[in-house]
Amino acid sequence: MKILVAVKRVIDHAIRIRVKADGSGVETANLRMSMNPFDKHAVEAAVRLAEAGQADEIVVVSIGPKAATDVLLTALAMGAHRGLLLETDAKVETLAVAKLLKHVADEEKPNLILLGKQAVDDDSNHVGQMLAGLLGWPQATFASEIALADGMASVTREVDFGRETLAMPLPAVVTADLRLNEPRNVGLPMVMKAKAKPLSIKAVAGLGIDITPRLVVEKVAPPRERAQGRVVATPAEFAQAIAAEIAKMEPR
Amino acid sequence: MAVLVLADVDNGKLTAATARVVAAAAELGPVDLLVASAAAEEARTIAGVHRVLAGELPRIADALAPVLAKLAGPYSHIVAAANATGRDVIPRLAALLDLMPVTDVTAILGPNKFERPIYAGNATETVSDGQGKHLLTVRASAFAPARSGNAAIVEAIDTSNPSVAEIMGEQRSQSTRPELSTAQIVVSGGIPLGDKFGLIEQLAGQLGAAVGATRAAVDAGFAPNELQVGQTGKIVAPDLYVGIGISGALQHLAGIQGAKAVFAINKDPAAPLMQIADAALVADLFEAVPAVIAELEKLGIKR
Repeated sequence: MKILVAVKRVIDHAIRIRVKADGSGVETANLRMSMNPFDKHAVEAAVRLAEAGQADEIVVVSIGPKAATDVLLTALAMGAHRGLLLETDAKVETLAVAKLLKHVADEEKPNLILLGKQAVDDDSNHVGQMLAGLLGWPQATFASEIALADGMASVTREVDFGRETLAMPLPAVVTADLRLNEPRNVGLPMVMKAKAKPLSIKAVAGLGIDITPRLVVEKVAPPRERAQGRVVATPAEFAQAIAAEIAKMEPR
Repeated sequence: MAVLVLADVDNGKLTAATARVVAAAAELGPVDLLVASAAAEEARTIAGVHRVLAGELPRIADALAPVLAKLAGPYSHIVAAANATGRDVIPRLAALLDLMPVTDVTAILGPNKFERPIYAGNATETVSDGQGKHLLTVRASAFAPARSGNAAIVEAIDTSNPSVAEIMGEQRSQSTRPELSTAQIVVSGGIPLGDKFGLIEQLAGQLGAAVGATRAAVDAGFAPNELQVGQTGKIVAPDLYVGIGISGALQHLAGIQGAKAVFAINKDPAAPLMQIADAALVADLFEAVPAVIAELEKLGIKR
């Protein structure tokens, strides 16, 4: 049983981003970068399956610049066995990411692919579904529970009405939601130790996969500012303010 | 060219999102609405729908995406709600058609130009899509619903396609309150409520509002997960959002950016949500919320 986990390096989720004055994007210079939080849940799920004796190899893959080896090291420190960076400095859209990951899946032949449900930079929520589509495998997105038995995955998904449990044959693609698990913290000593684990780097340029963007981002703008708030003194005033808002409402 | 919209259906009925997605799609061209047969009669009444395509739609993405791919040919755009179903199937469809989708659209600026939030709503990007066909998910809360009063023609089509996966079970929330993402008023609670989350239900009941919760309150087990408001939960855009005992973490604020008015009750006047609130009451919520309910009662506000 082999698990492939895909992770992305993003601006650390605790940092409040700033839009560049010229509207060309967000400031990324000198900001702390870290593993996309949802991907941490995916790595944690894989490591727990290995610890439970249900997987014997975890390969973790990332796509991006050389610096993205740091998130691979984090995943290796968490318990993944082997790392692979598909190196490129280019902007890679989700469809191209899925094509690159399909290439890796074709070579590695995992039984299960785990990813975060979305990256917290572009908030796309695409790659797992696209990869499953390209591979022709079943998918379970927004997973809050995963159980494996007899070549099948049973996955509980967080959906609009509550939860839904799907059973599907492996190989399959599963994307992690926040309540899947509590990812372990790894300290610097563990990350240093993880440097002994195998980590290979391949250039995206040599793979023969077209990653030319399909979309043009014309402008990035900050959200509209809310006016400074108003303090009301008593519950009665608060209730009157609610009544005033209700009086303004148009039927929907 | 026409636009294909995937209707959002739950338990054989259209959800409130569908009329909003139709309204958004109608800005792009005449709408063909693809819907599960059980909801076809309801679907044909939505203004802007040119034709209803009704069939036994697969519920699981690996089976639904190929059905959409087969229908895609004549359409300039294929549009679904940016909810659990649309987010699940549209990217898979995109891979089958070798197209890059534009998802979580909050404004349509032209046939191939769209706005979408990034970084949890802390920025908005304007994207132009030069591909031959456009695949979109749209945030229902960002669009006013299409009116009803139409009688579009219904065509039965064969949409059956087996999934290799199987639905083994469902856990449905038992709330009788309005659906969060399309509600006119939302009352949300944070972690200070603890096991007194019923207070939120009471105030919501008085106001005819949907109930929401912070991620922390959900993680602590005080509220079910489908009530979570924020970047990783439900995105809401009510006329009035009332946050009780909510500090206002970035990812929570991202989920309420579309709210017209934000009210807050909190002991801490420095909480980020209190800072942006149109009405902020600094008070102990366990005393303030019953007092607010009593006052609403006095004012005759009961929706």
